[in-house]
Amino acid sequence: MKKSVFLGALTAAGLAAGAAAAGTLDDVKARGKLNCGVTTGVVGFGAPDANGEWQGFDVGVCRAVAAAVLGDASAVEFVPTTGKTRFTALASGEIDMLARNTTWTFSRDVDLKFTFVGVNYYDGQGFMVPKELGVSSATELDGATVCIQTGTTTELNLADYFRSNNISYEPVPIETNAEAQQQYLAGACDVYTTDASGLAATRSAFEDPTAHVLLPEIISKEPLGPLVRHGDNEWGDVVRWTLNALIAAEEVGINSANIGDLSAAPGNNPEINRILGTEGNLGEMLGLSADWAKNAIMAGGNYGELFEKNIGENTPVGLARGLNAQWTNGGLLYSPPFR
Amino acid sequence: MSDLSYVRTEMLPEQAPPATAVGIIGWMRENLFSGWFNSILTIAAVLFIYMVLSIVVPWMVSPTWEATSLANCREILAELGREGHFSGACWGVIRERWIQLLFGFYPPELYWRPILAFVLLFVALAPVLFAEYVPRKLIWFSALFPFLMPWMLWGGTVWNPIAVVAGFAIAYFVYKAVDTAVGSIAAMIAAVVAAIVWWLVLLGPVVAGLSSIIPLGFEVVESRQFGGFMLSITIGIVAIVVSLPLGVVLALGRQSDLMIVKAICVGFIEFIRGVPLITLLFVASTLLNIFLPPGTNFDIILRVIIMATLFSAAYMAEVVRGGLAALPKGQYEGADSLGLNYWQAQRLIIMPQALKISIPGIVSSFIGLFKDTTLVSIIGLLDPLGLSQGIRADANWNGIVWELYGFIALFFFVFCFGMSRYSMYLERKLQTGHR
Repeated sequence: MKKSVFLGALTAAGLAAGAAAAGTLDDVKARGKLNCGVTTGVVGFGAPDANGEWQGFDVGVCRAVAAAVLGDASAVEFVPTTGKTRFTALASGEIDMLARNTTWTFSRDVDLKFTFVGVNYYDGQGFMVPKELGVSSATELDGATVCIQTGTTTELNLADYFRSNNISYEPVPIETNAEAQQQYLAGACDVYTTDASGLAATRSAFEDPTAHVLLPEIISKEPLGPLVRHGDNEWGDVVRWTLNALIAAEEVGINSANIGDLSAAPGNNPEINRILGTEGNLGEMLGLSADWAKNAIMAGGNYGELFEKNIGENTPVGLARGLNAQWTNGGLLYSPPFR
Repeated sequence: MSDLSYVRTEMLPEQAPPATAVGIIGWMRENLFSGWFNSILTIAAVLFIYMVLSIVVPWMVSPTWEATSLANCREILAELGREGHFSGACWGVIRERWIQLLFGFYPPELYWRPILAFVLLFVALAPVLFAEYVPRKLIWFSALFPFLMPWMLWGGTVWNPIAVVAGFAIAYFVYKAVDTAVGSIAAMIAAVVAAIVWWLVLLGPVVAGLSSIIPLGFEVVESRQFGGFMLSITIGIVAIVVSLPLGVVLALGRQSDLMIVKAICVGFIEFIRGVPLITLLFVASTLLNIFLPPGTNFDIILRVIIMATLFSAAYMAEVVRGGLAALPKGQYEGADSLGLNYWQAQRLIIMPQALKISIPGIVSSFIGLFKDTTLVSIIGLLDPLGLSQGIRADANWNGIVWELYGFIALFFFVFCFGMSRYSMYLERKLQTGHR
C-alpha cells in the first residue's frame, strides 16, 4: 500500500510536497514521535553521551516540544544533520523541526521558506587570541592571520568587519572546529574567530585556558533559534509557544522544583495558572492537552535551568547569561504574555 | 719422484664464509650498507624513524586508561611530571566510547545480534573465500545469508526474509511452467513480473497475515540507531557483495553486440564514474527527499547502500573489462569451437581467467569502497568519523583529536590490510604458471 502511494506520488512529487506539508502536528501525534533535527556535535548545544543519549541546550528544546505535544520528553527521534543537510532535511519533511544552532537571517527566513519561531540563544562572532600577543582589541589585529571556518556567515562577517575598519588580514581556511583548535594551538594562525559560545567552549578545552583571551568586540549578531517549515502555522505556534513557555516560566518563577506544587491547584498568580493550564484553555487553543506547558517545563526545567545545566557558568563551557538574561535582568529574553 | 705429485688429489675442506658475509653483519652489509650512498640513506632513515618513534611511543605509553575527562588526563600526566601539548595520550576517551564507536546507538541488550551476524558473515564467506577447506553444502548457507543478515541487524518478523526468499522460488516455478508452455524469453519475462508483483504487492499483506498467526521475530531496530563501525561495515559489506556480480554483468554488457544493452551499460558506467561519490550521497540524502512525497519512509541507510553499490559497480565493471580485454582472442574462439553457447563460454572459460587477472584491481576497488563509507559522515550519518565529532562535542572530551582518529585508523587498517593479504593469497593459489 505504501509502495503504491510511493509510485503514484513520485510523478506529482512537487505538488504532494506542498499539499502534505500542512498538519505536522497531526503527523507527530499519529507517529508518536517527534523528528527533531540536531547537530552532529557542538559542545553544550547537542551531542550524544556515552550511553547514546542526546544531551545539550538545543536538544532540550526538542525534548520540551516532544513533552508538550506527546507528553513524553523521550519521544524524540534525533536526526543528526550537518551544516549542508540541515535545510533540505527540514524542507523535505524528514524532520519536523530543526534545533541546531542555526542563525536567523533574512534569506533563510524568506528565501529558503522557513519560519524561525524564536531565539533560544543570542550569539555573536568574537575573536580569540593568545595572551602573549598583547592584543586587547580587534582593531589592533592589522595584518593578522585568522583561522576561519569556510562557507559560514562568520567568513563574510569577518571580511565586512575588517573592510569597514580599513585593516588587513590573512585568512587561514579550515573546515571544522576541531581542526581550528589544532591549527590555532600549533600557531598556524594568530586569531581564531567563530561564534563567541564556540570560542568559549574551545578555550575551555585548552591545556591552559588563561593563556588565551576573548577580545571584547562582537562583530555580528547571531540569533540562534529553532525553525520549522513555512506554511504550517499551527505547528509553528506549537514550537514557538513551547519555547516561550520555557522562557516565561523562568520569568514568573516556575522551575522543575516547584512545578509540582504550582500545577496541583490554581494559585494566586493568574499568568502561572494560565501557563500551567490550571486556568483558561491555552492548551486547547494550540490543539494540545491542558498540561502541555507543564510537561514542556518538566522535560528539562525552565530556560534558565536548561542554560545552567548545559552551557552555564558551572559547566565546562562556562557561558555567562549576558544577552540571554531575562529582559527584567537586562537581557533580551522577552516572551509575549500568556493570555 | 714417484711420491711427488703436482696435482691435488683431495679437495680442501670447505671453510666458513668470512664473518663479514654471514649472519646479521653480512645481511646488513648486503642490504643496508652496500655502498656509501646506501649507507647515508640507511643512517638518515634510522634517524628519521627514531625521531618519529621517540615522539609517538612516549605519547602512546600513557597511564590514562581510567581517566574520565580530558582535564582528568592532564591531572594524571601532570602528577607524573609530564606537561605540555604532546605529553601523553588521553586513552580514557577510548575506554568510555569504544563500544559506541563500534555499535553507534544500537540497543546494548541487542549487541549480540550484530556480533552474531558478523560471525555468521565469515561462515557464509568461507565457501567463497576458502572453498577447499569447508564442506560444499555450506554454500547454501552463503546463498541464504544475504536475507538473514538484514533481518538480524534490523529485526522485525521472521516472515520478512522468508517471504523475500519465497519470491525467488515463485520466480523459478513460474519460469519452469511458462518455459514448457510458451518459450524461454516469455518465461524469463513472466518470472521477473511474477517476482516483482509478489515483492511489491503481495508481500506486505502475506507477511502481515503470517506474523499475526505466528508472531515470531526480533525486536525492530531502526536505521537511525545504526552507527559507528557497524554502519561502515554494513554499508561496505553489502556494497562489496552486490557490486561484484553487478560489475561483471555491466562489463559483459559493455562488450556485448546487442546495441541497446551496450548503450545502457556504457551510459551507466560513464555517468556513475563521471560523478563523485559524495554527489551521489547528497542525491541520496537530500534530493531524493525532496522528490519523494513527505512521509515516505525510504530508509536513509538503504539509500546510501544503493548509491555506494552503484558507484562501486561502475568501477568494478571497468576492472573486470580490463581482465576481459587481457584475455587472448584465442580463448573466445576456442570456446566457440567447442560449441559452447555464450553463457557456458563465459562461465567455464572466459570469466575464471578474466576474474583471476583482475583480482588486484577488484580488491583495491573493495578497499577503496570500504574507506569511502566514511563519506557518509558528511550527510549526517554517524559513522566512526561522524561519531568522533559527537564525542568531541562532549564537554569532557572536547579537544581530543589524535586518540580518536588513531583508533579509527587502526580499525580501518586492520580491515583493509586483511583484504589485501587475502587477495595476495588468492593470487598465489590461482597462480597456474602460464605467465
